[in-house]
Amino acid sequence: MRWRILVPLVAIVTLLGVLLLGLGLNGRELPSPLVGKPAPAFTLTALADPETRLTEADYLGEVALVNVWATWCSTCRAEKPLLMELARAGIPIHGINYRDEREAALRYLEISDNPYRTIAFDPEGDAGMEWGVYATPETYLLDAEGVIRYKRTGPLSRELLRDEVLPLIEALRAEQREAAS
Amino acid sequence: MKGHAWTGRGVVLWLGIAAWLLPAGLALALAIGDPGEFASDAQRTQYQTLIRELRCTVCQGETIHESNAALAADMRRRVYEMTREGQSAEAIVAFMVARYGDYVRYRPPLQANTALLWASPLLLLFTGGAVWWQVIRRRRGQTARPTFTAEERAALERLRRGD
Repeated sequence: MRWRILVPLVAIVTLLGVLLLGLGLNGRELPSPLVGKPAPAFTLTALADPETRLTEADYLGEVALVNVWATWCSTCRAEKPLLMELARAGIPIHGINYRDEREAALRYLEISDNPYRTIAFDPEGDAGMEWGVYATPETYLLDAEGVIRYKRTGPLSRELLRDEVLPLIEALRAEQREAAS
Repeated sequence: MKGHAWTGRGVVLWLGIAAWLLPAGLALALAIGDPGEFASDAQRTQYQTLIRELRCTVCQGETIHESNAALAADMRRRVYEMTREGQSAEAIVAFMVARYGDYVRYRPPLQANTALLWASPLLLLFTGGAVWWQVIRRRRGQTARPTFTAEERAALERLRRGD
């Protein structure tokens, strides 16, 4: 008769434990298969100049962030002051303007700050698909060889920068210095 | 009520418009599912199967066939283009998995981290079967014919005769 109490009890406690674990998970955040892989290839025009071509090769040579954004994405706008701080601190940030209008994006950057070193214009989301973009803003951290070392889907935060992104940038820069010497 | 829309002629007119719009709506719905020309019926089938097997990563819980998110439209377009180029279903799924991860597949592959998921129906069936068998066995024990002593048998016989 002890089984009649013990078995359902164990089953219920296990189920509650699994549900509790599930509460702590973020269902929207998917692991990216691109981490550890070279930056996907693309060819786009520069936002400011339709004659200039930009490719993934423009991101090589230094540890850099690639930020996917759009003017219609309010979270991206909220994230930009943080990107400005990073840019002022000397961290190169490249932008991919995703499914946007050229005029709207240029006007937006004209009346506010621009943290980006280069901005690729991706109106059809072609590069977006190559990079596995599904929820803007998305930020990738590339090492000097252009390998994706970290990806954040959704906005960056001060906590994320302090705990994950900035230490990783430091480590990657040290790696780069070591490789150079 | 003269001049009101719901006179005999008005009703006929509105019914006529509805009858005319209905096929138009259906045609539109079909057009969303079918983006254009295919070189063969096999390609059309491959496209129609794939868009029901790939998950829209923004609107989780919907296939790219059901979703009208911009990303789902991009993914459908890519599936269409790759199908037209003659690429196999496996190659197209591999393309999507390389970019969005295994999550993009509505039918998860059988691998180490999904083994429990695939085994769960069998586990459930097995557990259920075990519980069911226990219950049956116990019940069979209860309904077994009771054994009576000679004294009880005599008492029962007396009761039956109504003494």
